Amino acid sequence: MNVKDNQFYTNEHEWVSIEGSKARIGITDYAQHSLGDITFIELPEIGKKIEQFKQFATVESVKAASDVYAPLTGIVVEVNATLVNQPELLNSSPYEEGWFAVIEIDNIEESNKLMDASAYKKYIEEIAH
Amino acid sequence: MNLKQTPLTEVHKNLGAKMASFGGFIMPIQYSGIIAEHNWTRTSVSIFDICHMGEFIIQGNFKGSGLDKVVTQNLENMQIGSCRYGFMLNDKGGIIDDLIVYRIEQEEWMLVVNAATIEGDEAHIKNNLNWDAHFKNASNDFAKLDLQGPESINVLGDIVGDEIYGLNYYSFRDFTIGGGEYLISRTGYTGELGYEIYAASTHAQMLWNMFLKDSHVHPAGLGARDTLRLEMGYSLYGQDLTNQISPLEAGMERFIDFDKDFIGKDALIKQRENGLTHNLVGFIVNSRRAPRHNYKILSGNKEIGIVTSGSFSPSIGCGIGMGYVLPEYKNGAKIVIEHGNIEIEAEITAKPFYKKGTARNSQVSFS
Repeated sequence: MNVKDNQFYTNEHEWVSIEGSKARIGITDYAQHSLGDITFIELPEIGKKIEQFKQFATVESVKAASDVYAPLTGIVVEVNATLVNQPELLNSSPYEEGWFAVIEIDNIEESNKLMDASAYKKYIEEIAH
Repeated sequence: MNLKQTPLTEVHKNLGAKMASFGGFIMPIQYSGIIAEHNWTRTSVSIFDICHMGEFIIQGNFKGSGLDKVVTQNLENMQIGSCRYGFMLNDKGGIIDDLIVYRIEQEEWMLVVNAATIEGDEAHIKNNLNWDAHFKNASNDFAKLDLQGPESINVLGDIVGDEIYGLNYYSFRDFTIGGGEYLISRTGYTGELGYEIYAASTHAQMLWNMFLKDSHVHPAGLGARDTLRLEMGYSLYGQDLTNQISPLEAGMERFIDFDKDFIGKDALIKQRENGLTHNLVGFIVNSRRAPRHNYKILSGNKEIGIVTSGSFSPSIGCGIGMGYVLPEYKNGAKIVIEHGNIEIEAEITAKPFYKKGTARNSQVSFS
């Protein structure tokens, strides 16, 4: 399972990439693989405040609907409209074309509660066994 | 719970299938992906491991054996080599199982039943068969492989010969493959032209590998089987059909022979006289969002029913589903599907959702 370096991860398989005062967020390769074919994505509206570890988006696969949780608190400044029309991009490119939203970070200290790439790699190896 | 295996469980694991429990068995849900397997079945041909389903062999006169009272189908006018879909009911008219009866000989029948209901079905049938009827639960002896898709006829033609082209929808016969004899029926659960192959369990791996040698054939799992059947509006026992539901409520009166006696008949007649309190409808969603089992169905603020099956439809590109609603809600009615903070707008519509299925095609060509 692909884990990208230089970004943070949650227990619920979201990733967040810090870009200055902003953060780009999405779900991991492990998450898309577990869900299977993604068929629907609901994203928050621009301007909405999302809170760390609270639901901010929904993804549906053929088999199930799942909540997606915010890795950090912040205001949504950009959403990936392309992904809404082509949910399959999440399967093919979870870390690049499959990003969900960009937020203006509220408090960067919150990243202390997240895993780095090597910790997340260990984490998914453990839950796979 | 201790999950049962099929003769192919190890084969699926080696193919990298995602496995999950279904009907008491550990079964392959998907190999390459549900949507890819679904689309491949609609356009080419897929093979499914359906060994979990049950097979009963009953020997005896249709009436004298007691079998005629156990099932809703007319058995008397069935030709040898034909099969017929119908039900086993309890005395309240609730569905114990939906099943296909095969007339093997004048006085020999095969019943193909759902995996999760095998034990209950066996008990019910034995309780109601007469002393001189012979019953055998052959579920562990039989493997069942489903070859489904418009190209299935040519794949089978290459293996068993041109006689396959003469096999009509809902009929069967024995065919020879590599020295073995196998019962093959032109039946299925996908809406596409297809076949169900019954073989000795010990031959399952040999047949599976032989079919997959044909590059047209890909393996497909129960995930695709579910989206394929739902697009056709076919009911699934345990979701759309239960022992609390009658075939009248499920809109399946055409599979019942009211000219004969069968268990549950009186209850159905009474239900028909009193009118139904709810019935099964199909609905189509105005987005890609999927309704799911047990989501509520509303009209305005009024709760009018419950979803029994729902999914994203790969062929149509939107959500589809089936559920039980109050009888006054008919085709064209706008409904809302609700679950927690999920709200999905939908419209009641005629089934099947997918109208280009090839299952009944009579103009099957040599190619």
